[in-house]
Amino acid sequence: MIQFILNNRLVETDKKPGMSLLDYIRYEVGLPGTKVGCREGDCGACTVLIGELNNNKVDYKSIVSCLTPLVNVHGKHVVTIEGINLENDLTPVQKAMAENAATQCGFCTPGFVMSFTGFCMNHEKPTTSRAIESVAGNICRCTGYKSIQRAAEDITRLMQDKDIKNPVDWLVSKGYLPKYFLSIPDKLAEIHSKTEIPNNSEITVAGGTDLMVQKSDIVYESTIRPTKEIEHLQKIKFENQTCIIGGAATVTSLLQTEKLLQSIDGLRDYLMLVSSEPVRNIATIAGNIVNASPIADLSIMLLALNAQISSEIDGKVNTQPLDQLYTGYKQLKLQKGELITEIRFELPNANQQFNFEKVSKRQYLDIASVNSAMVIKVENNTITDCRISAGGVAPIPLYLQETSQFLIGKKISEQLFDEANDVMQNEISPIGDVRGTVEYKRLLLKQLLFAHFAKLFPDKMN
Amino acid sequence: MKNIDSIGHVTGKSIYLDDIPNQQGTLHAAILGSAIAHGKIKNINVDEALKLNDVVKIILYTDIPGDNQIGGIIEDEPLLAENEVHYQGQPIAIVIAETERIAHKAVKLIKVDFEEFSAVVDPREAKQKGLLLFPPRTFKLGNTDETWKDCAHIVEGSVEIGGQEHMYIETQGAYAYPIENGYIKVHSSTQGPTAVQKTIARVLGLPMHQIEVDVVRLGGAFGGKEDQASGFAAMAALASYLLNKPVKLTLPRHDDMRMTGKRHPYSGDFKIGLSTDLKILAFETDLYQNGGAASDLSPAILERTLFHSTGSYYIPNTRVTVYSCKTNLPPNTAFRGFGAPQGMFAIESAIAKAAETINVKVIDIQQKNLLAENDEFQYGQKAENANAQECFQLVKEKFNIESITKEINLFNQNNRYTKKGYAVMPLCFGISFTNTSMNQARALVHIYQDGSVSVSTAAIEMGQGVNTKLAQVASMVLGIDTNKVKIHSTNTSRVANTSPTAASSGADLNGNALRIAANALLNRLKEVAAGMLKCDAKSISINNEEVLQNGKPSGISWKKLVLTAHLQRVCLSENGHYATPVIYFDKTKEKGHPFAYHVYGTGIITTTVDCIRGTYKIDDVLIVHDFGKSINLTIDQGQIEGAVVQGIGWTTMEELAFDKNGRLLSNSLSTYKVPDIHFAPNTIKCIPLETEGHELAVMRSKAIGEPPFMYGIAAYFAIQNAIKAYNPNHKLKFDTPITPEKVLLQLYEKED
Repeated sequence: MIQFILNNRLVETDKKPGMSLLDYIRYEVGLPGTKVGCREGDCGACTVLIGELNNNKVDYKSIVSCLTPLVNVHGKHVVTIEGINLENDLTPVQKAMAENAATQCGFCTPGFVMSFTGFCMNHEKPTTSRAIESVAGNICRCTGYKSIQRAAEDITRLMQDKDIKNPVDWLVSKGYLPKYFLSIPDKLAEIHSKTEIPNNSEITVAGGTDLMVQKSDIVYESTIRPTKEIEHLQKIKFENQTCIIGGAATVTSLLQTEKLLQSIDGLRDYLMLVSSEPVRNIATIAGNIVNASPIADLSIMLLALNAQISSEIDGKVNTQPLDQLYTGYKQLKLQKGELITEIRFELPNANQQFNFEKVSKRQYLDIASVNSAMVIKVENNTITDCRISAGGVAPIPLYLQETSQFLIGKKISEQLFDEANDVMQNEISPIGDVRGTVEYKRLLLKQLLFAHFAKLFPDKMN
Repeated sequence: MKNIDSIGHVTGKSIYLDDIPNQQGTLHAAILGSAIAHGKIKNINVDEALKLNDVVKIILYTDIPGDNQIGGIIEDEPLLAENEVHYQGQPIAIVIAETERIAHKAVKLIKVDFEEFSAVVDPREAKQKGLLLFPPRTFKLGNTDETWKDCAHIVEGSVEIGGQEHMYIETQGAYAYPIENGYIKVHSSTQGPTAVQKTIARVLGLPMHQIEVDVVRLGGAFGGKEDQASGFAAMAALASYLLNKPVKLTLPRHDDMRMTGKRHPYSGDFKIGLSTDLKILAFETDLYQNGGAASDLSPAILERTLFHSTGSYYIPNTRVTVYSCKTNLPPNTAFRGFGAPQGMFAIESAIAKAAETINVKVIDIQQKNLLAENDEFQYGQKAENANAQECFQLVKEKFNIESITKEINLFNQNNRYTKKGYAVMPLCFGISFTNTSMNQARALVHIYQDGSVSVSTAAIEMGQGVNTKLAQVASMVLGIDTNKVKIHSTNTSRVANTSPTAASSGADLNGNALRIAANALLNRLKEVAAGMLKCDAKSISINNEEVLQNGKPSGISWKKLVLTAHLQRVCLSENGHYATPVIYFDKTKEKGHPFAYHVYGTGIITTTVDCIRGTYKIDDVLIVHDFGKSINLTIDQGQIEGAVVQGIGWTTMEELAFDKNGRLLSNSLSTYKVPDIHFAPNTIKCIPLETEGHELAVMRSKAIGEPPFMYGIAAYFAIQNAIKAYNPNHKLKFDTPITPEKVLLQLYEKED
C-alpha cells in the first residue's frame, strides 16, 4: 500500500506505483483543480507541492505531478490547490493573482498559485526575482505575464517579514495556508514506512522527469522501487577540494549547496537554465547522466569538470571518468540495473576558471541547441590546463579532447581562437534537427567557444 | 472591474471540460491518426486492438450513420479518413474503451497498411501543381499597372511567414451522453456551439433539435476551437450515439498538436512604388496561403488577408491576390488576427525594404501614408473616425521616439557585441465577421421574482472576459449591481443559431443583443413603476437597484419592483436580437462596407540582441491604442498585454517545423516554444487614445481581442534593425519567425 497525506487527509492506495500523481489526484480522488496541460513537465498546469518531514518540520517544494510516479510520494504530504483554499477567504497569493488580473482563461492559474505558494514556503528571504523564478515553469498563453509579474511583486512585498526558519507557522498565522498544515508534522510522523511497498522492483525511478516523459506506459506497467531506497544517495559532501554528489541528489540540492555555488563562478545562473523549479526539485544528477542526451546540461558541465562516475551493481562498485561513459547515441557503459551512486570532481582552484554557455530557442525551460562548458587554467597569459565540452554537436555529450589539448600551452588571442575553432570543427559531427541545422550548430559552437574566452578574458578578445 | 471568474480561477474551482464529473458508465475515446501525410489506406487491421480487455468498440468511417463530412464552409473534409489520408495525424479510427489508458494502448495496436504518396508542404509548390483549395481572390483599388511609370522608386521582394500553434493550455475535447429517445447532450470545448451542433447532426443524420451543446468556458482557444472543435465533438457524439453510453474525448497534447490546424504559413511576393516624397502610389502583392489538406476556415481567413493587405495605410493603387494552397498539413485554421497578421507583415516588409533601398527612415514612409478620414480601402469602405495618424503621432510624442533613437544609436556605438533595435507598427483592424450573415446575435434574459437576473447569450468565455463585460452591460442597462447578474453557460437550447465567439466581436454582438433585451425589460418595469407611483414612465429610472422618479428616490426597490411586475403578470423574460446595421459586402465586385468600424493603434518595440550568441530580449513595448470608451480597461489592457506577447511569440521563437514528408517535428512543448515569464518584455506600456468610441461598439467600447496581436510584428523588424547595426552587410530579410538560429546566421552572413 502506498500511504501519504493528500491535503488534509490520509490516503492509502493500492493503485499502481507507476501511475502518475496527476492521474491519481484528478481521476482517482476527483480533485479537478490540478490541470492536465502537457504531461511532460513543460507547462506547469499540474504543479502541486510535496512536503517531507525533516527534524519534526515539514519542508515543502513544488513538483510537476504529471512526472511523479505515485510511489514517490509515499510518506509525504501532497498539497493541491484544493488543499490551500481557505474556507471563507482567498490567500494573499490568490488575492494577488486576482487583484492584478493575472488570470484570464484560468486554466494555468492553479499551477501558478501552487508555484507561488511553494515560493512562500521556502526558507529563503523573499525577493521578486525568486518569486518570478518560482513560476518560470508555468506557461500562460493568455496574459503575457506582466500581470503575473505584478502579482509576484505584491506577494514578495507582503512576505518581507516572513519567518524563514518556520515559514509554515508564519504562513498559517497570516492566512497563506489553512490551519491544518500545523498538524501535518505529527500526521507524517505517524505514517512510518512500516506499510509495505513491493520491492521486487524492476526499475528505479528517481525523479522520473525523463522516464515519465519518454516511457510513462512502461513505468505504469512496472513495479517501481520506491525512492526511499535511494534516499541515502541524495547527499552532497566535500572531501577537501573534492565534491562528491550522490546520484539521487536533485538539481535543487546543488543550488542549496553554498560551497558549490561559491567554488564555481556563475553556477547558480547556469543551473537556473536547467529546466524549471518544479522539475529541478525532483530531477537527479544521475538521471541527467544516464539519460545520455547529447545536450544534457549537467553532463556537459560535469565533463568539463572531469567528473568521475561511481556505479554499483550486485554490490560491486565501478568507477570511470564521465568522458569514457558514453559509447554512442543513448549508449553508456552501464549494465541493466547498475545504479550511479556518486559523481566526484575537483572544485576549480584559485587559478582555474569555469564557464558554461547554452543557447536554446527560449532561454529558460528549453533544451539547448548547443551548450558548452570550459574549465581553464591560465598562468602568465598561457593556458596551462583546459577542458572544454559541448552538447548538441555529436551523438553523445562530448568532451572536446583535441580542442582542449590544442589550447594547452598557447597564449590567449583572437587568432588562437580561430585556430582552436578549426580544430574543434573537425572534432564535432552535428546533425540537423528541430533544434537547428548543421550550419547553425557549427557556427553556434564556434560562437560559444568565443563566448567562453570573451567572458573570462574580455581584455584579450577585443 | 476584475474578471468575474477570477475567484473561481485562483481557487481552482472553475470548471473546464475535463472537470465535468463523469457519469456512471462513461467510456473514453482515443483517436488513431494517420502515421503518414499522404497516401492510400490499403488495409486496417483492428484484431489485436480488439483483443485488449476493456476495449469496447473501434469506430471507422463505415460506422457513421449520417454524412462523413465536417467541412464548415466547403465540404471537403471527412470526419474519418475513407480511402486516402491527406495529412499526418488525420483521424482514421476512434477507439472506445473503459479507460483512457486502454483506449490509447489499443490505438497503438491497430495496424494500417498505406501506399505512401509524395507529400506537398510548400504552398508555392502546391500552387505550381495546381493544388488550390478554392479559386484565388483579388481586391483592387485604382490601377497599379498604369501607376508604376509614375513611381520614383519601385521595390520588389518576397516574404516567408511562419504559422503558429495555438497552444491553448486546455487541449481539445468533448463529453457526449445520451439523454433519452436519441437526444444527445454534448459538452464541448468550442468557440462555436452551433457549428458543433450542426456538425454532429450531419454526421449522425439527425435534426439539430436532437443535439444540445453546452459550454461553460474554455481553457484558452485563440481561434483554434472555432471550427476545429467540431470534429472532436462529433467523434464523442458518434461514439455515444452508437453505444448509447456517455463518452469522453480529451486530446493528449501530442495528438492535439499533430491533428489540429494552426495559423496559416504564407509565402508571397510584393512590389511597391513610391513617389519622390515617399507617398506610396502603388502596391501589389501575391500571397500563397498554406491551407493544409482541407478548406476549414481558409476562405474567410484569405478574405481577411485581402482586407488588411494595406495595413494602416492609404494606397490609391492596390492589387492584392491570395491563393489558398492545398498541402499535406493539417487543415490550417483561425488564429487571433485571422489572416490579417500575414497581410500586414507583407505590407510592412514592403515598406521596410523600400526604406532600406531608398535609404530613408521606415517611420517616414509609414507616417506619410497613414489612413486619413474618408480614405478608401481597396474593398470600397471609407475610413471613418480614422485615428491612424493620431495614434502614430501620439506614440512619437508620448514615448519620445527621438530620444529612443538617440539612446539606441549611442548604445550601439558603445557596445561591440550587443546591439539594440526598434521598430514601429501602426495598426488598423476591421471589426465584424467579413461574412455579413454571421453578424447577428441573441440574448435571453430572465429576471427572477427575487430580482436576480439570468443572462444567456452566444458568447463563449475563453479568458477574454466577455462574461464580465456582459454582466456589466446588464448592470448598466438595468441599474443593478453586477452580482445580481449571472451569465450562464452558452447552450444551443437556450440560444440558437449562434455565431462563433470570434472576430473580436463577441462582446459587440452579444452585448448589443443583451442591451436590447435588457432595455425591453427595463421599459416594461418602468411602466410597472409608473403605475405604482401613478406617474409617467418617462420620469422613471433605475439606479443602484432603486427606482427613481425624476431622479429622486421613490422608495421602491428593484426587488419590490420586480416582484410587483411578476404579480401583475408582466413578462420578465426577453430575447434580444441584434444584427449589425450598415454592413454588407458584394463578392461579385469585391466591394462593400464589411466592417462596423475599425480599431486603430500604434506600437513601438525595442529589443537587445546578443551578437555573440544570436539571442535576444524584448525590452519595451510602447503603445497608443484606440479602445473607444472602454467599459473595462483592466480586461482590455490584459488583452493588450496577452495579445502583444503572443504576437511577439509568433514573429520570434514560435517555429513550426514539418519535415519534407509533412511530419510535424515541433510536436510538443519541448520542441515548440511559446513565451515564458522570462521572455515577457521588460515593460509594456499602453496609453489609451481618448475618443468618444464608436456607436456600433458595445457601450462605445471597441473590440479588443485580435487587434493588439499585430503590434508583435514590430518585434521582427526591431530585431532586423539590431542585426543591421552589427552586420553592415546585412540586407533586411522577411522570413518569420526570427529564431535565435536565424539571428545568428544573419549576424555572421557575408555579403550576398
